[in-house]
Amino acid sequence: MHVTELVITIILFVLVAGVGFWAARWRQPPHLHSLDEWSLAGRKFGSWIGWFMLGGDLYTAYTFVAVPALLYGTGAIGFYAVPYTAIEYPLVFLILIRLWSVCRKHGYVTPADYVRGRFGSPTLALAIALTGVVATMPYIALNLIGIQATLQVIGLNGHWPLIVAFVVLAAFTYRSGLRAPALIAFFKDVLVYLLIIVAIAYIPAHVGGWGHVFSVFNAHFASVKPHNAFLLTNSNQLQYATLAFGSAAAIFLYPHAITGVLSTRSRDVVKRSIAWLPVYSIVLGLIAMLGVVALAAGIKPLVSGGKANTNTIIPGLFESVFPHWFAGIAFATIIIGALVPSAVMSIAAANLFTRNIYKEYFRRNASDREQAEVSKITSLVVKAGAVLFILGLQPQFSINLQLIGGVIILQALPSVFIGLYTRWPHRAGLLAGWVAGMGTGVAMLYVTPNTAAGQAHWGGSAFALSHLGINTTQSLYTGFIAVVINLLVTALVTLVAKALRVPDGRDETAAVDYYTDEADMPEPESEAVPA
Amino acid sequence: MSADLSPPVARRSDHSPWNYLLLIPIVLPLLTFLYNSETPRLFGIPFFYWFQMLLAPLAVIASVSAFYLARRTKGARSIDARSNRREG
Repeated sequence: MHVTELVITIILFVLVAGVGFWAARWRQPPHLHSLDEWSLAGRKFGSWIGWFMLGGDLYTAYTFVAVPALLYGTGAIGFYAVPYTAIEYPLVFLILIRLWSVCRKHGYVTPADYVRGRFGSPTLALAIALTGVVATMPYIALNLIGIQATLQVIGLNGHWPLIVAFVVLAAFTYRSGLRAPALIAFFKDVLVYLLIIVAIAYIPAHVGGWGHVFSVFNAHFASVKPHNAFLLTNSNQLQYATLAFGSAAAIFLYPHAITGVLSTRSRDVVKRSIAWLPVYSIVLGLIAMLGVVALAAGIKPLVSGGKANTNTIIPGLFESVFPHWFAGIAFATIIIGALVPSAVMSIAAANLFTRNIYKEYFRRNASDREQAEVSKITSLVVKAGAVLFILGLQPQFSINLQLIGGVIILQALPSVFIGLYTRWPHRAGLLAGWVAGMGTGVAMLYVTPNTAAGQAHWGGSAFALSHLGINTTQSLYTGFIAVVINLLVTALVTLVAKALRVPDGRDETAAVDYYTDEADMPEPESEAVPA
Repeated sequence: MSADLSPPVARRSDHSPWNYLLLIPIVLPLLTFLYNSETPRLFGIPFFYWFQMLLAPLAVIASVSAFYLARRTKGARSIDARSNRREG
């Protein structure tokens, strides 16, 4: 047990939890009895808060521990997070302002709300909502894995610290809504920047310089597996590019990312925040490099229950090179890092349930206050579910589910992103495309083995083209293939549906709605309430 | 809620020639053959790694430039749009 680290971690955690509870009064909300106020903080965040909040929301604790662990474990292919996070913001820069505008105009809270309004299909909206919930749940659970790996290094092996952390998180999210993670994001991000600057300035020199670090890394991958080189091989370059591109296209389809975007005040705020967000990707690249450094520093993953947990290498690296007090700050950073995304994810998943299941199918006339209440309670259920995931099931199960989550969330792309630009797809086409993309995506993941880990199924997100009878060693990102199938089926069924004159849904949005800005809207307080 | 509260705005657009700057950080990272090499090294770091570390700063430069340059060229036009709206 590392007492100094533990004490510093507890102090910082308590401080941040206090901020989370106080956040209910931040910026003097008129009330917290509507989804706009509780879950979108009144849609009033400016550029600074928007930038901090989205950064804190998108870079999870799992990112901090898993990205370097991947590089440590698999070599060059594990570096894909770096091009992925460089591509993601320029890619969505123009798309998200259209989404922001139409959601602001019509008061949409979730991506599924938008799909319902655009394509006039509650069924398609339900499909999009379920996709979001199923993709988000294991993501929350993975944040817990980040906390758990850190606690393991501190020397706390029981379940109770994890439960305490999540109960506190659930309580302040229930009380303060999105304001809590937004305010905590300031603390989190400042800590993250501080930690990474210190780590990159100090650790590589401490273990013998970058030249030495990479010669150890190179020698390691030359010795273990020939295909996992420290450079890409001929057979995984396409996989690398499609994985980076597919992941970049997927990230802003996640409900928690969209919740963050919708909480901002204007189109310019969205643009300015998104334009500056790759600054976080610079930090992510440095964090990834720590995986290489950990190998050179001779850090070995901790073993618990007979399995080596590579997620412990980064906390392990901090513990071995930093003085105790700074290691404590580092551990607190990872744990606080988990709180912001977990809070936003649980809010976003709860909103999907409230808006697109509860209100749609059970209580058509639910008032604003009732919707907020349902979301608040659902956010508790979501977090309890995530804890049960981690405690009751093998962590591998959550990792598999998150792998599936990344592939299936992409299946919302035709309805959400393409829908922003064209109303050409028929609702039947989009639904058929969604079914085809989901089915093939999950099937492809199922038949992919991981020989290294001795798993016959769910072995990774690289689909070998040899499965299709093509004589090649090439693989592609499964999500990428699935979304291409989705798009093809969408187009085909749309053509058939239009030829057969199958009735299409009503589009309640107008072309100008996609350009709505702050100045076009009345003050939120005086806004008419949707029945 | 969905009733039009404001009159339609004539010809709003997100189009700007500066938007093409965004293509650079989207396309460049996908061209793995350009950077999948060990040399030239920088401070002992292989090219593959240090080159990709520069992609994020490149994305910042491209998207921030696209935002501010497009806004500057649009400045004059958006005043027109606003006055159109009041008349409309």
